[in-house]
Amino acid sequence: MTEVVATNQTILVVGGGISGMTAALEAAETGAQVVLVEKRPYLGGRVSQLYKYFPKLCHPTCGLEINQRRAKMNPNLTIITGAEVSKVEGEAGNYTATVKITPTYVNDNCTACGECAKAVEAEFDDEYNYGLSKRKGAYLPHVMAHPMKYVLDPGIIGTDDAQKAKDACKYDAIDLDDTEKEIQFPAGAIIWATGWKPYDAAKIQPYGYDRYENVITNVEFERMADPKGPTGGKIVRPSDGKEAKNVAFIQCAGSRDRNHLYHCSRICCMASLKQTHYVVDAYEDAQVSIYYIDIRAIDRFEDFYAEVQAMENVKFIKSKVASITRGENDNPCLNGVDTEGYHRYANEHDLVVLATGMEPSVSIDSFPVDVEINREGFIEPAEKNGGVFAAGCASDALDVNRAVQSATGAALKAIQVVNRVARAEG
Amino acid sequence: MSELNKAMIEQYRNSFLSEVEANVEEGEWVKMCMQCGVCSGSCPLGKHWAHPPQEIFMMIRAGKRDEVLTSDSMWMCTSCYNCIVRCPRELPITHIMHGLATYARKLGLVPQNQPTAKFAEIFWNNMMKKGRVNELKLGLSLYFKDGFGPGIKEALRNKDLGMKMMKAKRMAASEFFGGHGVKDVSGLQKMIKKAQELEDARMKKFD
Ligand SMILES: Cc1cc2nc3c(=O)[nH]c(=O)nc-3n(C[C@H](O)[C@H](O)[C@H](O)COP(=O)(O)OP(=O)(O)OC[C@H]3O[C@@H](n4cnc5c(N)ncnc54)[C@H](O)[C@@H]3O)c2cc1C
Ligand code: SF4
Ligand code: SF4
Repeated sequence: MTEVVATNQTILVVGGGISGMTAALEAAETGAQVVLVEKRPYLGGRVSQLYKYFPKLCHPTCGLEINQRRAKMNPNLTIITGAEVSKVEGEAGNYTATVKITPTYVNDNCTACGECAKAVEAEFDDEYNYGLSKRKGAYLPHVMAHPMKYVLDPGIIGTDDAQKAKDACKYDAIDLDDTEKEIQFPAGAIIWATGWKPYDAAKIQPYGYDRYENVITNVEFERMADPKGPTGGKIVRPSDGKEAKNVAFIQCAGSRDRNHLYHCSRICCMASLKQTHYVVDAYEDAQVSIYYIDIRAIDRFEDFYAEVQAMENVKFIKSKVASITRGENDNPCLNGVDTEGYHRYANEHDLVVLATGMEPSVSIDSFPVDVEINREGFIEPAEKNGGVFAAGCASDALDVNRAVQSATGAALKAIQVVNRVARAEG
Repeated sequence: MSELNKAMIEQYRNSFLSEVEANVEEGEWVKMCMQCGVCSGSCPLGKHWAHPPQEIFMMIRAGKRDEVLTSDSMWMCTSCYNCIVRCPRELPITHIMHGLATYARKLGLVPQNQPTAKFAEIFWNNMMKKGRVNELKLGLSLYFKDGFGPGIKEALRNKDLGMKMMKAKRMAASEFFGGHGVKDVSGLQKMIKKAQELEDARMKKFD
């Protein structure tokens, strides 16, 4: 895996989320040589943690599966997981990338039989479920992980668990001497698809995400609604495990706010409308309240919005919630003034979901490559970027449809650069 | 944009918003409000206001000149700055409230017996006499603002506090006779007068 065959006609794709996968496949399927570098031990990025997709309410696993099959079948594509690009030097048509590979302590012999996980004892927060559940120190990152390989948590290395895992493996797939490696290879063009991360909800101090158990974020809610998730798909209150039927969504939690993120994250209105379906589908007597400044359901999403608006048990309250206090029974109590009549309210709910926005996953001051970055931290198209092209949420807050469009565009631009190199070299 | 177009936009613009932009301190920010309501919900005195800040800004844009300028809402602002800290658009809400209050006073539109307005008046006059606030006289004029009888009552009610302030040298009985001041009182008064003239000259006439 650490031997990478690459030339300055190779396209390097950084980030293996839906955008990076799409860009890599589109380019590889035209015949270009592509190396895809992904930080996590598996491909798919954040969409692998969503329960359903708006607007069709279909499952992201379906699209991921197709992409994973395309990836397996394509000889032009090399995938390196558990790896991060730490440095990029050079110019369009002639880059050198330095990639740091973190040890997973499991080699390609792994059949995903799961014996190692049975053998170990220590537990860790499961990052796939945003810490809502625990996983073992030997684990499959998620059921559809690609590559389908177990991973050892570095936390068990040097403990008894490590040896137990190794002893339990019948295929000699566990290598406890695995170490961090650094490799270098050339590339002609680079597609930057490092995606997004959820804005840290604890920074919105008056909402008390870090003080109230029954205040959660929208990414956590996706995991909660998923039958394969930490609650088995049951929508419940983290404080007491009771059914959460009276659910509130707070829009623009951290977005469109000069104290937090300047930009509109663009997807969270639709995400809350989608998650309203989760609640209404779960309980016949559900009550959903959506607190908003204005609902941004762009172009064809308008129909989706209208459908939710028509639901009898869904209320839209035009108001940015000022604060959350502790009500009776650990109910979060939402305080504010509404814009349609200027009524002061103090409403209690079973569960509150903060529609937190997206921020770029790579922070402005740690970009390993010199590109034009805007105030919000997204990559702008610019002359100075040379042969580096942003795809998906590295370029802006986008939904999957638009992320994929941007990825295809980036692939096309990268192909043009490596084709120029090919022509020059004859 | 053509000159005629510009002239038409100018002429048919909601004139109260333009008036506020021209004459009220920080008034040019009013158009930036996106009506989210966080300011109103964060105001500790909010429930005592006839119109919370968010509503005031909408009323300005809707041209409700009389309702805004004669309301006592902006006089309820205690300058706690909660709203400024929270506003997603960084409107200087506290300053706009004080700007509106000042403007309403200039136009003689303050509601009768508005206690905050009255206090501000007493404070200003007190300060203008010597260039420094005379705590003793300020306290007394405040107690007696509603007449002699209520004044005595109020003074008695607060006498313990007064005694403590004297003990802590925060107030001196001698201040009753003249009191301390800045070196050049008449210079200060001239300066303030000039500033007021400049401000009046700047103000456009809309009515
Ligand atoms: C609550 C919520 C619900 C949503 N629901 C929907 C929906 O229903 N429908 C829809 O269309 N959209 C939805 N979205 C939006 C959707 O999640 C994004 O459009 C999508 O994840 C964008 O994919 P991406 O590949 O650009 O980024 P990501 O999914 O973030 O992928 C980026 C990848 O890059 C990797 N990476 C990061 N840094 C490095 C590095 N330095 N080196 C190597 N790899 C790196 C990451 O590990 C990750 O795998 C939702 C968003 C939220 C917040
Ligand atoms: S998409 Fe909606 S919730 Fe998200 S930032 Fe924009 S307006 Fe706010
Ligand atoms: S917080 Fe700011 S943007 Fe929101 S209503 Fe108040 S003034 Fe307007």
